Amino acid sequence: MTTPAVETLDLAAKFAGVTADTRPGYAGWIVPAEALTQFASFVRDELGYDLLSSLTAVDYLEQNQFEVVYHAYKTAGGPGLVFKVQIPRQDPAKVASVTPIWPGAEYQEREAYDLYGIIFENHPDLRRILMWEGFEGYPMRKDWKEAFYEEEAKPLKSRWPEGRHTLAETRVPFGDNVSFKPGFDPEKWTPTDPEELLYATLRKYTSETKDGITTDHVLVNMGPQHPSTHGVFRAVAMLDGEIVVSLKPVMGYLHRNHEKIGERNTFLQNMPYTDRLDYFNSMYNNWGYSLAVEKLLGVAVPERAEYLRVIMGELSRIQNHLILFGMLWNDLGAYFTPALYAFEERELILDIFEAVSGTRMMCNYHRFGGVSRDVDAASLEKIKGLVFERLPRRVEEMNRLLSENEIFVSRMKGIGYLSPEDSIAYSVTGPNLRAAGIPYDIRRADPYGIYDRFEFDIPVRHNSDLLDRYLIRMDEIQQSLRILRQALQQLPEGPVLTGKPQYQVKVPAGEAYGRVEAPKGELGYYVVSNGKGNPYRYHIRTPSFINITSLEKMCVGGKIADFVTILGMVDIVLGELDR
Amino acid sequence: MTANELNTPGYEIPDDLKDVVAITTLDKVYNFGRRSSIWPMMFGLACCAIEMIAAQASRYDLARFGMEVMRPSPRQADMMLVAGTVTKKMVPAIVRLYNQMPEPKYVVAMGACASGGGPFKEGYNVVAGIDKFLPVDVYIPGCPPTPQALVYGLIKLQEKIDKQSIKTVRWYQKGADSVETPIPFLGPDLIDPRRIPEIKAKAAELANPPAEAAN
Ligand code: SF4
Repeated sequence: MTTPAVETLDLAAKFAGVTADTRPGYAGWIVPAEALTQFASFVRDELGYDLLSSLTAVDYLEQNQFEVVYHAYKTAGGPGLVFKVQIPRQDPAKVASVTPIWPGAEYQEREAYDLYGIIFENHPDLRRILMWEGFEGYPMRKDWKEAFYEEEAKPLKSRWPEGRHTLAETRVPFGDNVSFKPGFDPEKWTPTDPEELLYATLRKYTSETKDGITTDHVLVNMGPQHPSTHGVFRAVAMLDGEIVVSLKPVMGYLHRNHEKIGERNTFLQNMPYTDRLDYFNSMYNNWGYSLAVEKLLGVAVPERAEYLRVIMGELSRIQNHLILFGMLWNDLGAYFTPALYAFEERELILDIFEAVSGTRMMCNYHRFGGVSRDVDAASLEKIKGLVFERLPRRVEEMNRLLSENEIFVSRMKGIGYLSPEDSIAYSVTGPNLRAAGIPYDIRRADPYGIYDRFEFDIPVRHNSDLLDRYLIRMDEIQQSLRILRQALQQLPEGPVLTGKPQYQVKVPAGEAYGRVEAPKGELGYYVVSNGKGNPYRYHIRTPSFINITSLEKMCVGGKIADFVTILGMVDIVLGELDR
Repeated sequence: MTANELNTPGYEIPDDLKDVVAITTLDKVYNFGRRSSIWPMMFGLACCAIEMIAAQASRYDLARFGMEVMRPSPRQADMMLVAGTVTKKMVPAIVRLYNQMPEPKYVVAMGACASGGGPFKEGYNVVAGIDKFLPVDVYIPGCPPTPQALVYGLIKLQEKIDKQSIKTVRWYQKGADSVETPIPFLGPDLIDPRRIPEIKAKAAELANPPAEAAN
């Protein structure tokens, strides 16, 4: 398996000031803060790391420093490059923004600013992204405690004082999950408009003068409660008639603090939380997390478990794409009927998930070093029936009925174009990148599990419009079925878990980045362990969040009516977008 | 509903009019109409919303209960199905939507999150249950509740409607015909306007702890 570090490359010799990260368990390079911009350009232009996969921060409280961690990859494939910038932990903590080099860093830097208070200089639009403007404190800092804070790490000893459970509400001063500074007076508090900064960024577009005529633009808010934003997503658009002049996504309406809670959980306790990220694909979410922790643990996965992971993962991909189709046709006005067909097939796949894991959606199936349960013969027969008989026919039927529908094609063709160069620059991954002609799929570029054993193609389309993004998913279903057929034929007997099932795993200190090709794009987990029972840092690089960075680019110049479809084809899911 | 269920016993119906005439109470007819056409608001917050959609879709088919008409507008909805985690950033919008719904209106809390915070209760951006702000009629446990559990919860709501009487329901009483919840707002943290005096007193106490607490 490839690790993200590039061992063969001696960057310290090539770039002055760069040193290797020699902490035990760590890899990559430490870049001096003042050289970051040049180093990033060097890495992109000279070394060819064109895709910035993940950018995040870690708060090393004891060393009194913040560390900003970058993971860069080549779309041509191969291992990645990790580099870090260390800055003193003080206010203001400043580091140069890499958004001018990799525009895909824009929202990730805003997130690091929001949660850690790190200021990225020269960032085009540095505002809070998940919390609201005016929220007090930077919640991911290690010394910031929420109202219901109990103990540094789970399992909690304090939950049953005197042998009886107490409600969290009775323990906190304000009787609820809120905290205010001593002396805070809500009556004297002058409300600041949390939206002010957002509207300020759009204000420069309020009117436009062309040929001596001034046109006023209209500001339109869509969401967070809107039937077609696929959840609590909000977009604020500036419109010139029907044409989008500027569009800003607003998120955080489902920010459930996965990372903060995850740093308190034990390693295994995080597994069910990963289910709730992209709640359509819990099987795949588990996989990325187990990969990261398995890298730290150094455990091997038994053969049968590897096959089961592939089988469940690919089934998950199929049902994800089916739902996407159903919702897409819904958005386009074919209200509910096609979606019902899509859901019918999905139910059959969920039946299998329920049989093997116990629940329909929140499978919690993977364990470090295997999977939690074996598949029984009856379920295996069901899977075979689906894969060999039913799904190919049903998908083909859907394809025949709908893919060439004239209204459908005319709503999709040529809409939402994003050039291949922009796709890479904005760190777009998954089917949308492949629809722009770039055959980048982690299953091939940096194989994990046993994907190197199967014969399958990476479908590529070249127009990079909505129609291609739709068709590529049709192709992917076919390839998934192909992988499934091979996996089912080769499935060996044997154990499904290395060692005994255990609740508390001892994870050696170090860092690991596990990434998988989830149905929506690259899903990465950055885990730092300090040898204790819970992760020191637990960051999730989610495809929905990073793919949405290019939304404005795709919408500007088009009609507002197409926004809904463009958003639909980015394939976002709010649990993962906001985490 | 068959004629048998609708008929209120106690009145003799002549033989030749049986199956033609039913004698019943106004309450029963009124409730029958309402319970058989509860229109939910199209409104999903998180993972639970997917199970809600699954319940609407092919296999479980909420249309059997007259609940298939999801309204995107609160003005046309009878029931708010709070399906998912309620966050501090979202709750002002949810309360506003509730206030915009006309009476009679019901709130169903679907899943652990909407009922009490669920797995994310300790999160700094999470409201521990929608009942901190809205009056909830039915709680459905589960994470997520299966569609069967959701259907069961909705049948419970129907039973609740069956028990209501036109004489006592609050929307036919004197006074305002709709109960409005004051909309919380986002300050340094989420502020519930109903609790402002409490927050003020507590924060003042934290700033100047009483003498006995100091030693
Ligand atoms: S109860 Fe569970 S499934 Fe439902 S929204 Fe909360 S976390 Fe998601």
